[in-house]
Amino acid sequence: MTRWESVIGLEVHVQLQTQSKIFSGASTHYGAEPNTQACAVDIALPGILPVMNRTAVQMAATFGLATGATINHRSVFARKNYFYPDLPKGYQISQYEIPIVSGGQINIGEGDTLRKIRITRAHLEEDAGKSQHDGLGKMSGIDLNRAGTPLLEVVSEPDMRSPAEAIAYLRKIHSLVRYLKICDGNMQEGSFRCDANISIRVEGDSELGIRTELKNLNSFRFIERALNHEIQRQIDLIEDGGQVVQETRLYDSDRDQTRPMRGKEEAHDYRYFPDPDLPPLVIEDAEVEYLRASLPELPDARCDRFIDTYQLRKSDAQQLTADRGIADYFEETVREAGGNSKIATNWVTGDLMAALNRDSLPIEQSRVSPISLGKLICRINDQSISGKIAKDIFSDLWDNGGDVDQIIEARGLKQMSDSVELEQIVEKILSKFSEQADQVRQGQEKVLGFLVGQVMKETGGKANPKAVNEILSRKLSP
Amino acid sequence: MPHRQSLSALNRMLATGGISSTEITTHFLDRIEKNQQLNAFVSVDREQTLARAQQADHSRRNERNLNLKGLPVALKDIFCTQDLLTSCGSRILSNFVSPYDATVVERLDKDGFFVLGKTNMDEFAMGSSNESSYFGPVLNPWNTARVPGGSSGGSAAAVSARLAPAAIGTDTGGSIRQPAAFCGLTGLKPSYGRISRYGMVAYASSLDQAGPITQSAEDAALLLQTMAGFDSRDSTSLDTAVPDYLSALNTGLENVRLGIPKEFLDPSIDPEVLSTIETALQEFEKLGAKLVDIELPNSGAGIAAYYVIAPAEASSNLSKFDGVRYGHRASEFSDLLDMYEKSRAEGFGDEVKRRILIGSYALSAGYYDAYYLKAQKVRRIIANDFSQAFKQCDLIAGPTTPSTAFPLGKNLDDPVSMYLNDVFTVPVNLAGLPAISLPAGFDQSGLPIGLQLIGPYLKEANILSAAHAYQKVTDWHQRIPGDYE
Repeated sequence: MTRWESVIGLEVHVQLQTQSKIFSGASTHYGAEPNTQACAVDIALPGILPVMNRTAVQMAATFGLATGATINHRSVFARKNYFYPDLPKGYQISQYEIPIVSGGQINIGEGDTLRKIRITRAHLEEDAGKSQHDGLGKMSGIDLNRAGTPLLEVVSEPDMRSPAEAIAYLRKIHSLVRYLKICDGNMQEGSFRCDANISIRVEGDSELGIRTELKNLNSFRFIERALNHEIQRQIDLIEDGGQVVQETRLYDSDRDQTRPMRGKEEAHDYRYFPDPDLPPLVIEDAEVEYLRASLPELPDARCDRFIDTYQLRKSDAQQLTADRGIADYFEETVREAGGNSKIATNWVTGDLMAALNRDSLPIEQSRVSPISLGKLICRINDQSISGKIAKDIFSDLWDNGGDVDQIIEARGLKQMSDSVELEQIVEKILSKFSEQADQVRQGQEKVLGFLVGQVMKETGGKANPKAVNEILSRKLSP
Repeated sequence: MPHRQSLSALNRMLATGGISSTEITTHFLDRIEKNQQLNAFVSVDREQTLARAQQADHSRRNERNLNLKGLPVALKDIFCTQDLLTSCGSRILSNFVSPYDATVVERLDKDGFFVLGKTNMDEFAMGSSNESSYFGPVLNPWNTARVPGGSSGGSAAAVSARLAPAAIGTDTGGSIRQPAAFCGLTGLKPSYGRISRYGMVAYASSLDQAGPITQSAEDAALLLQTMAGFDSRDSTSLDTAVPDYLSALNTGLENVRLGIPKEFLDPSIDPEVLSTIETALQEFEKLGAKLVDIELPNSGAGIAAYYVIAPAEASSNLSKFDGVRYGHRASEFSDLLDMYEKSRAEGFGDEVKRRILIGSYALSAGYYDAYYLKAQKVRRIIANDFSQAFKQCDLIAGPTTPSTAFPLGKNLDDPVSMYLNDVFTVPVNLAGLPAISLPAGFDQSGLPIGLQLIGPYLKEANILSAAHAYQKVTDWHQRIPGDYE
């Protein structure tokens, strides 16, 4: 049986989180009423001209620097001409022959599985508006709020050999742009989108097969499914004696299938030419150096440091550093928790992530601050509360807010470690459950747990289980 | 009578209280109404314009704001205005009202110039005769069987017939200078980037430039002063200081080296034009200028390069006219593609369609290098010719056009001979240089002849002072067509 190898290259569209659009002063805020954030430039009135948003340029260069790419001193905007109602000018301003970023690399995997995925280029361009075909009868609606939103299109070489590698690469880029604070990474809102070029070939072949392009993949899950589906489709096609046709296909997540969008025979001639309204984009060495000096610590470096500084397992460190917000949250929690990184890791990767996922909140909107979580960890550490009570307090904080110590105080949750008081309660329980006490004395140690539970119940969970254990063991020792 | 006065003279009269804005404006509005046969204007709003004049009079009287000029000027219909339609000579924009004013309009307004009316033009500024307008041809006031030139034909006819004291036009390949030459006026195309293009409907973005069409170099200086300067909304506008053009007007011609390109005195051009230019050059010599023979060896390739670059840019610039958001939309269509096709087929005229086709072809895959890139190379070579020439001279002089105004309809079926009208003006746009056309005489049938002065980049002041020196000793620029005196 033939062993097939898939070859994947990705084009990632990173929406840059500038305040205003790439060539106009209109706001880029997502979710406004249709056409309320489109100015004269965005709707392409006669006589309008584009003016470059410098922040978008800096963000693009920052991305280039973070991937070890070359920042081109001079790049050129070109017009990509085609007609579509959501493209008001009849052309998209993009970079064609000379992009702002050339070259670059993203590493995925590690050790033996380390793979270097080359980035061909990253260029600046403007997003189009959106067409709406539903709910308007025979009409179509055009919303130009998104028109002119800055995009950085990151084009990879066809260096990925499996959907898993593609996803790993994509996650790395996703993590990176969030670290660099150049994109919010929100895939549902379309801030981070991906097109994939896929071909297959017999394993060991050096020539590339005919590729198809999959458009508008908008979640990691769908991308992996779509890629798997498309690879299988190509394999089936070829094994049945057919040929792959170069075409653009759309992934239908409802039916889990891809279908052709437009064939090659309809391929556009975009008639690219340099936009005469925009002088070449020049970025001086000094500006590049300034941006280089302003780069934050990047995910890979931070992961290594976490392993080093906090003695974390690699998997925990990776999980904690994949997102800059979570890594920041974790570090602040550790600081507040007096350096207790182990408990902090458990809490952040456990209860916190679960709560965020449950409420679909990004880390920035966590309902428990790292200061509160740190304090909570301190209270566990100094044995004021048990881990179990802490989970209860965390839920309370999440739902109602408040201060850790005040909640402990108000709800009387402080752990009972006072041996006099505890001993009295233990005595009471031993007389109440004398039968079970005897069983323990006769060596049935499992029953000790039952007694501990009774003491905990009696104290409403506030007793320090360790202390209870000690007292019981001492009193029941044969 | 106000129409016998230049813009500068009216300005002085206003300042001394010899006349009011209202009187001036009423007078010109009356003349526009009486001379509609010229078809120079496409929209005029009498009441609104008079209200502006009255406002100007009021503020001059009550606020003693003497800087506020209060003068009406005619505006080519290519500039976006909130108060009047902006149709650009096209059916596709025949219903378009801009929600904003062009930078040129704002600057005029700031200095107290207001819009007398919007003038007719070749559709999307594509033409050399003003015959491609959706609103019909403009007639030349010197001879109504002749074209006024184009594309700023309405602006030139309006000033020539003294329906407006001055007008604003645009020049992509000669659209200010050629009609100025055909109508006996002074027309200045400033350096590319000197005046903001914001709010000017784009024809060929790398070549388009606004400028004044006036009775004299002095008037041109007055309007250039107002319009020139950096605009953050136009990335191609120049962020450099604007000189004082008016105070530089009297620099004179002493020792100015006037380069005469032998290519511009080609024997193929109209002998009457040639002899008139030679006479005018002698006049310049008398004023102290030194004539220097120069060469612009590649200027002959200008037309070919221009008619690739300009249509290429136009084919893209005009894509926004798709019937989706504004402008003409076909009333019946079967689907989206049909709507595009019908709206554009109905909305654009023949010359516009021709240039969109030429431009799309020149940019298409497989032809781009042979046409667009080659034309860009020619453009650089032509610009280089000028740089070399300006090492030997201060200004370049020659005819503006190879002939005087031609009969209406003459070149309609022959686009190439129409295009050849721009042979002396187009290289200037390709090089981004400033140039002026000024009246230098008449042919035997009484049609005006224009002389072109070309300057180095940003040397508008030198051009204007040379033209002014000539106009101080000649009166060609003061001649008014017989029917409009």
